[in-house]
Order: sequence, then structure tokens, then C-alpha cells
Amino acid sequence: MSSPEQWTHPEPREGPAATAAAPTAEQVIAGLRATSEGGPELVQLLTPEGERIENPEFDRYVADVTAEDLRALYRDMVLVRRADREANALQRQGQLGIWVPLLGQEAAQIGAGRALRDTDMVFPSYREHGVAWCRGISPKEILGIFRGTDHGSWDSNAKRFHPYTIVIGNQVLNAAGYAMGQRFEGKVGDGDSEATMCFFGDGATSQGDVHEGFVWAAVYDAPLVFFCQNNQWAISEPTERQSRLPLYHRARGYGFPGIRVDGNDVLATLAVSRWALDECRHGNGPVLIEAFTYRMDAHTTTDDPTRYRHSDELEAWKLKDPIERVRVHLVRHEHADQDFFDSVQADADELAADLREFCFSMPHPPVNQMFDHVYAEASPFVDAQRDEFLAYQANFAGGEH
Amino acid sequence: MAAPVLNKKPGAATATQSLTLGKALNQGLRAAMEADPKVIVMGEDVGKLGGVFRITDGLQKDFGEHRVLDTPLSESGIIGAAVGLAVRGFRPVCEIQFDGFIFPGFDQIVSQVAKLHARTLGRVKVPLVIRVPFGGGIGAVEHHSESPESYFAHTAGLKVVSCSNAVDAYWMIQQAIQCDDPVLFFEPKRYYHSGFMKAEVDTTVAPDPLFASRVVRAGSTATVVAYGPSVKVALDAATAAEEEGRSLEVIDLRSLSPLDLGPVFESVRRTGRLVVVSEAPSEASLTSEIAARVQQECFYSLEAPVLRVTGFDTPYPPAKLEEEFLPDLDRVLDAVDRSLAW
Repeated sequence: MSSPEQWTHPEPREGPAATAAAPTAEQVIAGLRATSEGGPELVQLLTPEGERIENPEFDRYVADVTAEDLRALYRDMVLVRRADREANALQRQGQLGIWVPLLGQEAAQIGAGRALRDTDMVFPSYREHGVAWCRGISPKEILGIFRGTDHGSWDSNAKRFHPYTIVIGNQVLNAAGYAMGQRFEGKVGDGDSEATMCFFGDGATSQGDVHEGFVWAAVYDAPLVFFCQNNQWAISEPTERQSRLPLYHRARGYGFPGIRVDGNDVLATLAVSRWALDECRHGNGPVLIEAFTYRMDAHTTTDDPTRYRHSDELEAWKLKDPIERVRVHLVRHEHADQDFFDSVQADADELAADLREFCFSMPHPPVNQMFDHVYAEASPFVDAQRDEFLAYQANFAGGEH
Repeated sequence: MAAPVLNKKPGAATATQSLTLGKALNQGLRAAMEADPKVIVMGEDVGKLGGVFRITDGLQKDFGEHRVLDTPLSESGIIGAAVGLAVRGFRPVCEIQFDGFIFPGFDQIVSQVAKLHARTLGRVKVPLVIRVPFGGGIGAVEHHSESPESYFAHTAGLKVVSCSNAVDAYWMIQQAIQCDDPVLFFEPKRYYHSGFMKAEVDTTVAPDPLFASRVVRAGSTATVVAYGPSVKVALDAATAAEEEGRSLEVIDLRSLSPLDLGPVFESVRRTGRLVVVSEAPSEASLTSEIAARVQQECFYSLEAPVLRVTGFDTPYPPAKLEEEFLPDLDRVLDAVDRSLAW
């Protein structure tokens, strides 16, 4: 913690305006600080070298995980990454307006997503392509958001995966309300108990809605797992611009447990997520998980990480790749052979090809779509605007333009 | 969700009660909560205290803490959590204590409440009501007397209504709760407990539709349109004008989004003159919208430009100046004079 002297006379610091292109020394240091191991409290079950670490507290939550399950987790991560890279390429080729890369965060999302039951509810931010995958949502159903044909085509009631939320932190309060509803309906404590998991990033923790969400979930003992993917950067702002202490420490101030897990370790995120969901299901109120991970690509395809972070940082995190450590583990323990890896790769390539083909075939959305769902009940003014516009369009030769 | 039938007192041949506007809202909320167990009331101090204006008085005692929630002091929280509860299948009724406090919840209202239905192509409904005591005239400190309704009428996906009397208050709050769309419900706080706004509320008579304006006084010389607290000002002006031999037609808009301007167009085509009254500042407001649409629809019927009597385009002033700020009988009559002199 800071000494009293630091509180009274902070040294003036160079602001972001002082950085034109090359990162300042301060930014390099901030970035390198973020490449630390996450502190002694970090829960890790699989090292970056693929070694299994015993953990008396969390081993029990993955005691049932077989070699087959591990292969499935590996497959999830490879397929999700492949779809992500294909979408990124589609954006670069002008087929998508923008893409929000997932690269590097596969373990955090697959571990959390595979800990959920079908009856649980999920409130995502906008990078949760891996969690969506676990909810049975095809990458195709996400593509429309970024190609500009819709705002997400999945049925959020059926999949129990709320629409993506673009405004930072809004969904945290929505999740708190939903989880309150689960509790009010008595879905806590029994065998058919439910929980909600809400995803947000390190930058979101600076938003008022996230603070309020913490307060609400706490005072109503809502069965809500706050899953913060600390990927170290909020666009160009490092975590130190969001917080003076590790993010998971904040939970204590709200009166519920906070825990930091190695977000690049799929086994650990699975274990910690299962534990947290159990806490919720038993009526113990919310839990904050800080998945300590790293965004290996840009925030979105519109920004350029080379302007704000040092290449050494990326290189350091590549050594902790979430997929590679599982691959090494599977090989070392002879849980998988080359045929398996080849088949996963083939599936990934097929998924990507399918996604690409689908992207090209997506139809232009009908004009009606704009007007038809503004309200659940009729709205004369909007209906009149639609009718007027359709009539105007019909003026053009055969309505073909 | 199937809409429950509006609550009627069972077995009562007549169920007329003399109610203030505030008490009518309380009875309306009670009826809605009895009719549908998914209706929950939430806000700051709405439980034990009964709300700062006592509109929710006694509800927590009768319906319990899980249906009447004393929430954290957190407007974004009230709205944001209500969104989640609505997605879960509840029908939350949020109370915002004062008009000027709605802005911490503005982001949730315009970003999530208004857009979820469209974003999901109709798969997710957000049937919540946000009650906002609004307007001035109570001698309050700043942020307690504002009229922010135009912000919300400007946002697609929201419905905005305002009641002006006890009968409407009783029915409109129930209709708003039954509506599958989010409804901003603006209540004229200065008339909550005033004796002269008391009315006989017959709880067995079917109400008018929620999203419809209504002619509340017939007339032929000029049309005056108002809503919320300004309706009484308009009616008082009509009474005064009558002594001068002028017959003012007064229309209570009731619904601000969607605007039901059909009766206004019809009236203006007969009278040729329109004065619009509102406490809100005039620039880029509901009164601007009404003026624009009336000139578009009734251009050849107008004998004078549409005139507006509104709050000024200033921050709401200190209480000692609000008498000058708020539209009153004299300013409305002056506008009628100017219209007739054209």
C-alpha cells in the first residue's frame, strides 16, 4: 500500500498528451508491471509449461475432469480462436465494419463458460465470443453485429445469454437485477438452483454502474458471479489507470469474496468459476473473479496497440498462451495423439471456412426491421414513418433501388 | 405475459372514492400489485417511509419486502436492476424521488431500457415503469422542480405519459404497468396532496386508453394544449377567459410519446388558434414538436402562429423566482390575446 507521503505530495506525471507515437518509459513500466505473475494469490492449476499444480482448495472442483474433458476444453479454445482469427481477417478484408478480438482470452472464457449450467444466465460485454460458444451460440450469430446487419441474432431467452452490451458496465446492473429475480423466485439453495454470471473488463471497473452493481448484488445476496477479465488494457489505458490496488481486492469493500485466477489457465478458471457459482447457488451472495489475462490483439480492429504498449510485453505473454499449455499437458501425459490435434485443426478450419462463406451470404436486412421492433405495442408515429418510407421507396422503378 | 384485467372492486355495485391525486396513485399501485404478483415497486424510501411523497404508503406492509424494495441510493442501480428484473419476467415500477435525480439513471434508460426490444428484434420485452414526480411550484431547492420529459420523448423505444387529475392517476398507472413497453410516468408533484385536485374516482368504470389525449373543456375561440401540472393552469385560464366572452378549448395531452395529436388537429381546424403550455424550457422540446406538427397538418386552418407558454430556457431558478418562471394564468391569457390579435 502507499505510504502517507505518497498521499500528500504526488509527483507530477507526464500525461498521455506527452506521448506522440513511442510509448514513454512510464508506459513501458506500466505494461511490464502488468506482465507479472498476478501476485501470490493467483489461483493456477496448470503452469504455462503444462505442469499440473496441486491446489488443496480448488482441486476438488475439477476432480471429475477427465482426459476427454481436457481435450474438449482444448478443442473449444482452438475453435474459438480460429473463428476469432477468421473474423479478424474478414474485417481486414473489408467484410466486417469492425471486430473485437478475443485472442489470448480463450481460457478465461471457456473455463467460465463450461462451469455454467444450462439454467444459469449470462450477461456478456461485447468480447465474450468464447462464452457465447459455450452457450451453444454459433460465431455466425455474432457476425451480424460486426457486419452491420443486426445487433446479435441469437435468442437470448432460449440461450440464456443476454445480448452483447456495448456501453461499458451497463450490463453489470442488469445482471444484478436478473440475479435478484432468481433469488426472489426462490431459485437459490435447492437442487434446481440458478446463478447468473456477468462479464466485464478491467476498464469497466471504473464505471459507476459496476460499483452500483456490486452494491446491489451484495445487499440483496444476489446469486451473481462478477467475472472481470483483466486483460491489462482498456483500449490504451493500462490497469493502473483504473485502480491503485488489484481489482479482486475491491470485493472486500462490498462484503463478498474476491479471487484472482490465472485467466490463461482453463482448468483454474473452470475450478474457480465452479466454486463461485456454488457459492451463489447456496445463497451466499455474489463473488468477484478477476481473471488475470492478456488481450494479445488490439482492443478492436480500429486501434493500434503498437502506439501504447511495448512489444516485450506481448512477447512475455505469448509464453503464457492459454492453448499451448493445455496442448503440452495433453502431449506430456499422452492424453492426446497427433490424430487428435489434426482433427481439431481440421474442425477449426472447417468452422472458419463456414463462417467466411456465411459472412458473404448474409442478406441485406429488410427495411422493416428498423421500424418493426421499436415498441412491443403499436406506435402510430413510428408505423406512419415506416409506411411513408416504404411508399417513398416504392416510387423507384419497381421498388428495386 | 397476458395482461390481467384492470382491477375492479369485486362485488361492489359502485366503488366511487374521493381521492387526491397522490392517494389515487397509491390505490392504483395497490390494485396493480393485487392483480399481478410479478409487479414490484422499487426505489429509495418507498418501503417503510412510503416514499418521500408517501405515494407508496402502506404497500410494503401489505405486500412484503420482496415486492416493495427499499433500494440503495442509486438511480442508475434502480433502473439498471429493474431492466434485469424485467428480463427475468417481473414488472418493476421504479420511483425516482425527484425529476432532477433521474439523470444518474439516464444512461440506463436511453441505452438499455429504450433499446433492448429493438436490439433483440422483439424477443426481449422491458415492461417497466419509471415514476417521476416532476415540475415546480413547491418551493424546493435546485434539482427538485424540473421538467425533463422531452429528453425521454426524444428517445425511440420509450413511452412517456403524464397524468393531471386523480381519475387518470388511478387508471393510468395501472395501464402503464400493464403496457409491455417501458413507460416514463410523470406525476405533477405539486398537486399530489392538494385538496382542490381531489376527485371522485369510480373504480368500476372502464378508463380511456392510456396513449390518448382528451378534450377536457370544449371551446371555440382558441385551443390550449397542456399536460401534467399545466392542465390546471390552462383550465383556470379558460375559466377566466370565459368572463371576457372567450371560449377556450383545453386539451390534456396525457400521452407525450406517442403524442396523440388527432384531437389537437381537429380542434385547431375549428378554432384556428393554438397555445401550448408546459413548464419545460421551450427550445427543442415537446412544445416545439407540437408546434411543428400542427403547422404541418393544419397550415391552412391557422389564423395565427402557434404560440407557446413555457418555462424559460434557463436552469430552474431559486424558489423565490419560480412564480415568474412557471407558466401561469396571466401568461396563458396573454398568449391567447396575442393569438387573437394576429
